[in-house]
Amino acid sequence: MITLKINGLEVSVQESSTLLEAARFLGFPIPTLCHMDGLSSYGACRLCVVEIGEGPKAKLVSSCTYPAEEGLKVRTASARVLRARRMILELLLASCPQSKTIQDLASAYGIRRQRFKQEHEDCILCGLCVRMCEEQMMAKAIGFRNRGEKRSIGTPFDIKSDVCRLCGGCMYVCPACQLRCTYNEPEKAICGGCANLTPPCIEKEHFDDMMCYMDPCVACEIKKD
Amino acid sequence: MKQEAFASSSDRVEACEDVDVTNILRILDKHNEDRGGLIAILEEIQAEYGYLPEEALRIVSDRSRRSLVDVYGVATFYRSFSLKPRGKHLVCACLGTACHVRGAPRIAEELERQLGIKPGETTPDKEFTLETVNCLGACALGPVVVIDGHYFSKVKKSRISQLLDEARKGFDSAEIGKDKRIFPISVSCPHCNRSLMDETFVIDGYPSIKVNITHNHEEGWLRLSCLYGSYNTATELDIPGNTVVKFHCPHCGVEIPCTSDCSMCRAPMAPMLVDGGGVVRICSRRGCKNHMLDLV
Repeated sequence: MITLKINGLEVSVQESSTLLEAARFLGFPIPTLCHMDGLSSYGACRLCVVEIGEGPKAKLVSSCTYPAEEGLKVRTASARVLRARRMILELLLASCPQSKTIQDLASAYGIRRQRFKQEHEDCILCGLCVRMCEEQMMAKAIGFRNRGEKRSIGTPFDIKSDVCRLCGGCMYVCPACQLRCTYNEPEKAICGGCANLTPPCIEKEHFDDMMCYMDPCVACEIKKD
Repeated sequence: MKQEAFASSSDRVEACEDVDVTNILRILDKHNEDRGGLIAILEEIQAEYGYLPEEALRIVSDRSRRSLVDVYGVATFYRSFSLKPRGKHLVCACLGTACHVRGAPRIAEELERQLGIKPGETTPDKEFTLETVNCLGACALGPVVVIDGHYFSKVKKSRISQLLDEARKGFDSAEIGKDKRIFPISVSCPHCNRSLMDETFVIDGYPSIKVNITHNHEEGWLRLSCLYGSYNTATELDIPGNTVVKFHCPHCGVEIPCTSDCSMCRAPMAPMLVDGGGVVRICSRRGCKNHMLDLV
């Protein structure tokens, strides 16, 4: 067992657990976008930053990837942490302003104005869908491609992957497109992304181990009528 | 956006019809199918075809138990890999900060105008591919243009058509005589010490080095250019690339004993004595250009 101090409270956690797990055990809220129980930690969104150490040596680390250390002093909501988190949220909001998940987080952190140009990207490259596909669905149908500015997530050669079972797991975990359907423009109230993908429920007969993750699922709604 | 992507991928399938499965398997076998050697495998495929055909990537992922996503991710991550067929000659203009202020954009524009293509494209006759790079680390020499691995420094607009002409002819033939690093040597057999130089057969304008070679129980002559740095050879045998041959002295008939191995391909290297002192070692694998000169 490892003993460390989070916001002045002492806590004992198991070896190999992360700062995020320790903080959540104590009940300190840390926002995350790219972290999900059951998937490996990735540290892409940086929303879970916490401050460790003291004095001039204090530094910001991503708590979802930082392992708990004996005697570590962690602050999860210091002024520096909140400032960094707000900046990250503002940048995320600029790249994906239509994401309900990011909008909610931003409003929770008191962001009331947008300083950066809105890009309207449909991906924040958090890698959740890539890990979902590989670790939970055992498919490895999508992955990162290119690098730098051109980095994107998708299937090889941009054609339908042979190993994709259309489970919809990638859309279920996506913080950028998951709640897109509640867009404020009436004609875009249903994005139709799942309908264009040939949703799994239509082809359910072909697969024995099919799980439909889409909620609400356009195809199911159409079928009901 | 999506439509475009689909269109270009079908182009690629057409372009890679000639991918030979056995060829790719040979490359894979060489790397023992260990998971670490993906970049080396892709490099070799690219050296073979000039680019990475879609079919080849699928074979690599199938046979080496890597997922296609991983292979594709690596292939698109590195700038040195290309998924589109490239031309015979690769022209690369540096657009780094130092080159930029010394006029690289005008050089790149001139290259685009003369070749009639944009960066990243290949001329319709498959001769040239134009690329830009953000820094080559040779900032003091800017603007830098790299053509087929040859670096050209302080390039001016007026010099470009000449450079492209030279590239069309091939730099290896154009540079001999001008380049001071290429010089003639005369060698002799390490066993009988008699000269191997043959005045009657001229390569690159100099007497050639004559040795006898054996390959598959066939014997024949091989003449090498005596210019250190030139790889021009002539032989009466039809030797496929990548095979290792044995060298014999035409005077005493003794097989030239190989004492060391090639640092690039591990084939034995045949030593020959250089007049005036020293040894030159030549790799005995056809196609391998490794050779070493030890002057005493």
